[in-house]
Amino acid sequence: MKPSVFDYASPTTLDEAVALLAGHDGAMILAGGQSLLPSMNFRLAAPSLLIDLKRIDALRGIVVADGEIRVRAMARHRELELDAAAHRANPLIRAVMAHVAHVPIRNRGTVVGSLCHADAAAEMPLVLTLLDGTVVARSAAGERVIPAADFFLFHMTTSRTAEEIVVEARFPALAAGAGWAFNEFTRRHGDYAIAAVGAVVRLGPDGRASEVRLAACGVSSRPVRLAAAEAALVGTSLDAAELEAAGQAAEGAVTAADDMHATAAYRRHLLATLVKRTVAEAAARSSGRAH
Amino acid sequence: MSPRIKQSIPLTSDDPTARVALTVNGERVERTVSVRMLLSDFLRHELGLTGTHVGCEHGVCGCCTVQIDGSAARSCLTLAVQADGTSVKTIESVAQPDGTLHPVQQAFQDCHGLQCGFCTPGMVMNIVSRFEEETPLDLSDEAIREMLSGNLCRCTGYLNIIAAVRRAAELAGRA
Amino acid sequence: MSTRSFGTRVRRIADPALLRGEGAFVDDIPLDNCLHVAFVRSPFARAEIRSIDTVAARARHGVVAVYTADDLGILDIDLPLLIPHPSITGGRTQRPLARDGVFYVGQTVAMVVAVDRYVAEDAAGLIDVDYEPLPVAVEIEDAAAPGAPLVHPDVAGNVAAHFVQVSGDPDAAVAKAEHVTRVRVRVDRSTAASMETRAVAARFDRASGELTVWDGTQAPISVRGGLASLLRLDEDKVRVIAPNVGGGFGQKVLFFYPDEVLVPFAAMQIGRPVKYIEDRRENFIGSSQERTQIHEIELHATKDGEVLALRDSFLHDTGAFIPYGIAVAQVASTSIAGPYRIPNIWVEFKAIYTPTVPVTPYRGCGRPQACFAIERAMDQLADELGLDRFEIRRRNLIRDHEFPYLREGLLFADGLAVKLDSGQYGKALEMVAEELDLAGFAAEKEAARAQGRHLGLGLAFYVEGTGLGPYEGGHARVHPITGKVYVNTGLTSQGQGHETVFAQIVADQMGVKPEDVILVEGDTKAFDWGVATFASRAAVVSGNAIHKSAVMLRAKTIEAAANMLEVSPDDVELRDGGAWARNSNRFVPLAAIATATNPLRYAFNEAAQAATQFAPASKHDGPALAEGQHPGLEATDYYSPPHATWAYGVHAAIVEVDPDLCKVSIRRYVCIHDCGKMINPTIVEGQVMGGIAQGLGGALYERIEYDVDGNPTNANFVDFLVPYATEMPNVEILHLETPSPLNPLGVKGVGEAGCIAVGAVVASGVEDALRPLGAGRFHQVPITPSMIHEALPRR
Repeated sequence: MKPSVFDYASPTTLDEAVALLAGHDGAMILAGGQSLLPSMNFRLAAPSLLIDLKRIDALRGIVVADGEIRVRAMARHRELELDAAAHRANPLIRAVMAHVAHVPIRNRGTVVGSLCHADAAAEMPLVLTLLDGTVVARSAAGERVIPAADFFLFHMTTSRTAEEIVVEARFPALAAGAGWAFNEFTRRHGDYAIAAVGAVVRLGPDGRASEVRLAACGVSSRPVRLAAAEAALVGTSLDAAELEAAGQAAEGAVTAADDMHATAAYRRHLLATLVKRTVAEAAARSSGRAH
Repeated sequence: MSPRIKQSIPLTSDDPTARVALTVNGERVERTVSVRMLLSDFLRHELGLTGTHVGCEHGVCGCCTVQIDGSAARSCLTLAVQADGTSVKTIESVAQPDGTLHPVQQAFQDCHGLQCGFCTPGMVMNIVSRFEEETPLDLSDEAIREMLSGNLCRCTGYLNIIAAVRRAAELAGRA
Repeated sequence: MSTRSFGTRVRRIADPALLRGEGAFVDDIPLDNCLHVAFVRSPFARAEIRSIDTVAARARHGVVAVYTADDLGILDIDLPLLIPHPSITGGRTQRPLARDGVFYVGQTVAMVVAVDRYVAEDAAGLIDVDYEPLPVAVEIEDAAAPGAPLVHPDVAGNVAAHFVQVSGDPDAAVAKAEHVTRVRVRVDRSTAASMETRAVAARFDRASGELTVWDGTQAPISVRGGLASLLRLDEDKVRVIAPNVGGGFGQKVLFFYPDEVLVPFAAMQIGRPVKYIEDRRENFIGSSQERTQIHEIELHATKDGEVLALRDSFLHDTGAFIPYGIAVAQVASTSIAGPYRIPNIWVEFKAIYTPTVPVTPYRGCGRPQACFAIERAMDQLADELGLDRFEIRRRNLIRDHEFPYLREGLLFADGLAVKLDSGQYGKALEMVAEELDLAGFAAEKEAARAQGRHLGLGLAFYVEGTGLGPYEGGHARVHPITGKVYVNTGLTSQGQGHETVFAQIVADQMGVKPEDVILVEGDTKAFDWGVATFASRAAVVSGNAIHKSAVMLRAKTIEAAANMLEVSPDDVELRDGGAWARNSNRFVPLAAIATATNPLRYAFNEAAQAATQFAPASKHDGPALAEGQHPGLEATDYYSPPHATWAYGVHAAIVEVDPDLCKVSIRRYVCIHDCGKMINPTIVEGQVMGGIAQGLGGALYERIEYDVDGNPTNANFVDFLVPYATEMPNVEILHLETPSPLNPLGVKGVGEAGCIAVGAVVASGVEDALRPLGAGRFHQVPITPSMIHEALPRR
């Protein structure tokens, strides 16, 4: 399984990269290559030109500032996973990373690459969606900031235009006192999710949920906020009956059809289970609740 | 039966090429390669380092694992041109020059951690990398299984490989 | 003699080189100016080929040759049906390159030879094939139904073979029975998925007329014979080498895959070495698969649970062709009664064509399916009669004094009646019961229930016919300079450690260390009498052949040494690499004996000189070599088993099912097995664990998927789920060694043992765990979370 013929460019500046992208129909961006190379080896992707970002210094690094974790386009999954400042700012990320493929893939693959690849069962798009993060896209016309909700359109389709390079992803830090949790079900360790749920919960002084964020991946054609379940939980004390109701409310978010890994009916059942467990864990982590 | 054979047999393709310069197992290497040549093929066929094996070419089986700039990586998901300017290490660099096995390799021998040997170089590279990165080593059942989870083996059933990781830690004074 | 090696945990001799990456698999072998092959493969499950346009492909720079069926001359034929059988009324095999029609997605249609694989794939993509798709029925029951689209237009009902076997008098027994249990079970298709895909390289030397083929095959001698025949060459001029092979598991015993004849053909035509390295996707759509069977099994029993008769009728999916004959179905039929007495058996199968990848043996070769059927049926019988699963088995297991137990009328894959030769079935069952601590488990299960957790016990017994003929050979020779013992046999290893276990056998006879026994197998130039590695036969058949040749070699060595040391042969001991005169320090090294037994004119080295210090190796008057005497220390012998020798075992597991996630976890897995005497317990355990891992794959994860049009939809490692280390539970293995009475070493095969019972164990465990929730029976594997969800009553 070898890739088809392409031209290769390895620019040293972002402007060069943007110009190359705009100037070549069928050009694709190469960052870590962990999603692109398999697709090229299967000849599902056949770019005419590969623009390798590896020599662009401006695309390296992770910065925690202004309540955000800013991940540049060439920052590898593993860098973010091990970044101490990022972990302090939002421990959810490191927990989720453990489910992203396997370490050798995380050593090379990039966070931004995973977001742009936008597999509907991938974990990092779920995280960006859960936290209401953004991506920064650069073209010859300049930069624009795209919220997660507007970025992921469909399985493997984002709102990035053909002339844009996503240069940064921004993950909001976890609010003080908020609890977080993540659960994923896969057939084997490291597989794409059959379903995964991330939760962020804040409890008010009365012990009731003042804020509930819930997102899922693997159940639809893109990562989704579980709005119905969130609505069912906000203001409640998150007891067993309320969690049960929220789980059932979440089932409506499953739009994936039966496939070889799961029936839709099972996915709904699974999602409900994951919602209940994940919310309970997030609540337990939040500082409003005694351990 | 007339074979449809062209008159002259070319030696190479007409792919676009690039010059790559990198360090492989401590040695400087400079070659001109097709830009689409996978690092796995570059190591195996251009450099003759056939210890790195190819099992799937889509990044799942781990047979092709090498180290790029000190971290474990899938050589089947890396283009040779991406390795330009890097330092690559393959299985051939793990034992001593006189053939003395590295503790990880010795542990595999001690624990019957290989049968056909095809997945073994990738396994060893992955474990060696983890040993180099992680201090202290988590040698719990769960952690070792997670460490091995990106490498498929169809022969051993993994249990002896798990034992080999523990034994390797012992041999390396890391237990 | 020095310490015995047989039975000890000798560390593998092959390991250091493999660990250093010094293995030589087919694609590692350096071949200067080698050309590379890619195939055009059918994208349709059934279609007519109207035309093939290769113009653009041939024009591509770097392409050397393009072949279609029209270019193959004498090779444009149906490939051999390897094992004919009278029951095969509609036998069909494929051509190396399809002519007129294609029969499964993946079938080879055209071959490109180019300067590298990248260009070869480019060119394959430029070949334009005009297909006229035809209707298909992909699912086995659909293909077997009346009026189904035919895979082969002249094979009615898609029935490739239909076979009924009868043992005893089932009709009479059925009439007497007081209870009948009927069960329908299904095992789904899987594939060997060895880490090294298939590979073949060939080089033709015009000067010597010799064709050399490197093939990742389990059957080099048989491939050599077949190639010589197909290519019309002298066998002498064809050399087949199976170098290091990265796992076989049966998939690589089939020949010919199209590439195995086409690559040598191209090499001969073009005059440059040619190689084909199958990629992973091709392995999924072009290399054989196995497992799909649907059994309707009936147990006719007394009220006390004694099974008087068994009736089983099954459909076996053979894929689009039947190149290996009915082996898988035949092994399943003859294993159907498992370890139970059941004196009356009626077993029928129909091998059904479906427009899918052809089916040939994969580790287990029908035994897993048979075990699944009988064990699930026994569990259900126990349930219906109110007996526990252990008790129903106790009442039906063949007792020790009943061996050998003949099943007249059931002919095993070797064409001989099933004769279970030996075993301690009852003891094995007791061992597993004890190991599990059944009373303790019952309490644990209760306690878990109280916490809302669901534990279950799975259990299954299996038998395994192993070591079948026709024969294998052993050749051993002492090297005159090093004194090492060189050994050959005709079959090969794909990771089973032959170089170690065979060395152990020879080491014991010759008094050397195992690492001083050098095994060279897999090269027809080194030794070319034999069959292949399959059906758990290497240790039994080659092991005993090597043993016999080593016994002969030992006798020759002792006789020569006795002459050299001037003692009686009874006073010669072989140990530490030499022959010793008993009760003295006098010894002669093996190297010297080997030299001395080869009467030389010239003392050109130390060993030759040293030999002259002793009395001549041969005591007689007359010529240096006596009549009938051969020079050197060398022996060849063969072993041909009287019939298969039957290994067996019992597996049990404690499983936990989470009904919310619909996830199965294996908390404990216990395996009792008996493969007779073990040459190397560590290697045996390795084989068992590897087999259990594949069995687990089949029980919970692996299913080859086709859509309704016959497109494979999980032809990759992302969607076809081979278990990782994280999915493999710990396994406890207990050995029982009941020597086989059939061969000198007392060994039975163990290569396939691990995988046979796992499906039945997991299904019975899941069923047991979910019984309180009313989930019903689990009669199909693999068991997926969706299936568990489906089985649980809606809340």
